[in-house]
Amino acid sequence: MDQFTINLIFVGGSFLLYIAIAVWAKAGSTSDFYVAGGGVHPITNGAAIGADWMSAASFISMAGLIAAGGYANSTFLMGWTGGYVLLAMLLAPYLRKFGKFTVPEFIGDRFYSSNARLVAVVCLIVASVTYVIGQMAGAGVAFSRFLEVDSTTGLMIAAVVVFIYAVMGGMKGITYTQVAQYCVLILAYTIPAIFIAIELTGNPIPPLAMFSEHTQSGLPILEKLNQVITDLGFDSYTTDVPNKLNMMLFTLTLMIGTAGLPHVIIRFFTVPKVADARWSAGWALVFIALLYLTAPAVASMARLNLMTTIYPEGTSAQPIEYDERPQWIQEWEVTGLITYEDKNNDGRIQYYNPTEDFAPEAEERGWEGNEFSYNRDILVLANPEIANLPGWVIGLIAAGGLAAALSTAAGLLLAISSAISHDLIKGTINPNITEKGELLAARISMAVAIVVATYLGANPPGFAAQVVALAFGIAAASLFPVLMMGIFSKRVNNVGAISGMLAGLVFTLTYIFMYKGWLFIPGTNNLPDTADAWILGISPLSIGAIGALVNFIVAFVVSNATDEPPVEIQELVESVRYPRGAGKAVDH
Amino acid sequence: MSDANSNAVQYWKANLRLILGCLIVWALVSYGFAILLRPVLAGIPIGGTDLGFWFAQQGSILTFIALIFFYAWRMNRLDKQFGLEEEE
Repeated sequence: MDQFTINLIFVGGSFLLYIAIAVWAKAGSTSDFYVAGGGVHPITNGAAIGADWMSAASFISMAGLIAAGGYANSTFLMGWTGGYVLLAMLLAPYLRKFGKFTVPEFIGDRFYSSNARLVAVVCLIVASVTYVIGQMAGAGVAFSRFLEVDSTTGLMIAAVVVFIYAVMGGMKGITYTQVAQYCVLILAYTIPAIFIAIELTGNPIPPLAMFSEHTQSGLPILEKLNQVITDLGFDSYTTDVPNKLNMMLFTLTLMIGTAGLPHVIIRFFTVPKVADARWSAGWALVFIALLYLTAPAVASMARLNLMTTIYPEGTSAQPIEYDERPQWIQEWEVTGLITYEDKNNDGRIQYYNPTEDFAPEAEERGWEGNEFSYNRDILVLANPEIANLPGWVIGLIAAGGLAAALSTAAGLLLAISSAISHDLIKGTINPNITEKGELLAARISMAVAIVVATYLGANPPGFAAQVVALAFGIAAASLFPVLMMGIFSKRVNNVGAISGMLAGLVFTLTYIFMYKGWLFIPGTNNLPDTADAWILGISPLSIGAIGALVNFIVAFVVSNATDEPPVEIQELVESVRYPRGAGKAVDH
Repeated sequence: MSDANSNAVQYWKANLRLILGCLIVWALVSYGFAILLRPVLAGIPIGGTDLGFWFAQQGSILTFIALIFFYAWRMNRLDKQFGLEEEE
């Protein structure tokens, strides 16, 4: 059987499974559509959060990112997991107790202001739309790479599948497809990793293998890797980062951004009890960690594997001849993700970092520039071929990449459509709408959101590449602080919350736009986006954490200068703090 | 202030103490061991590198998981101790 047929079977099979789940889990009420009826088991919800959270970027790109940056890019690992600690302790249980359907609804009720709700809706839509475009585009790319269709056609097929289960089943359909998608993506990710770990170290557990001995050289993997790459002029993999302030702020921005992203928060509304919301956060992080602990292992081992493939006799000997390159390099050259240019016409692949320090050695060896480059995504996508695994593993990677993209897209689309149907239509425009009418409105909003996301996925606007800056920046600087203050302070009032949200948002966006261009239009930036030009060395990607601080300070100062919230609002705060019903917890 | 109310106040204080303790550990392993204190821990070797690197790529994630389960377990017990757990 050829690879195309195998990929088709895996991808087609997984899609049929998702559609079958959709038919089984049809939503009958708005509660089904928004929160899966509120009856999801905490472990089931944990797996669904795992798939909801781990996007095409986590699945395809993260290992490559860490492989390229080494220690410096540990920020993504800590940032995208540490947020769950904040969710579990500062937000999820109380928002579950509140027991409504959307994030803006809590903000609107707690701060007794439809304007606050509206600001939250705008933040939610900007963050989620930016995020979803990447997922749709990622699905298109995965399709085109594995199923030989062009990416727009691939995108359409993916959109139709999401349409079927998200419009029919709402959160209920999405929850159970996400569980299936989690299983597909985690198998696809870990199986090749286990094989590469065995091949390099003999230890079948990738996170342990990463700190074990490299069988071939007898050195620890990381020591061997450092040796090989520094020999070729690259930075050491484990080298420390001089700008620790920026590294800490970036990690913090990712953490509080994670905790403030609405598509993650609403998943906690689906469990039956407050206690379940706490357990659920723990299970979610267990499921996420299975991939996040494997990713750095894949990163270091795949990078070492790549280096030793090109320099089989060691870095001081000649690299391999181009004609003798392995099959997988030939195959990925076709896609353009690996490129080779024989600059010194010796027929060999010189792969090194052409820095000034390395120039004397390059000249001595007759090298006239780096001849080999690869797209970072290769480290995951080509992993099965690098490790000589059978064709079905490649089929699994194809299905896994699509599962990661579609599950995250569906979660985001639900957050967007429920904000429109519940917060805008039911909450603002037509409060008297019947439940049946709202369910229909929710389905229509979902359908429209999918069409818009598909269009933007096929024609990505400039801001689509700024997911980290825009989505995490906004969630960190506007949504997280206001949610936290809504629970932990009885004093913060409507004016304080709105001023805080707007101050955090404006501050963060201004800093980002100063370096990345206003509305990300190229050439409109005031300062060059380089480390030298950043204020105190703080990158625009790290500014969300400072924006959150601005939000907190402004909200407290303004609230203290104005009237305290009405008694019933203070009682609402009391009631979300205690799992038992409000009447009993605050029995006056 | 009624008994029920002061009971609830005690519960909330216990929750805040617990959160504070957990977040200190949360910050210590990630911002501390993995980033700021890495040079201090550089002398402790682990699998071809140092302890700070391990915390940055594995140790902090494992600690986060332990923290959440610990918090969930303690809080679910506190709910019952204070008689504030959810009715079935």
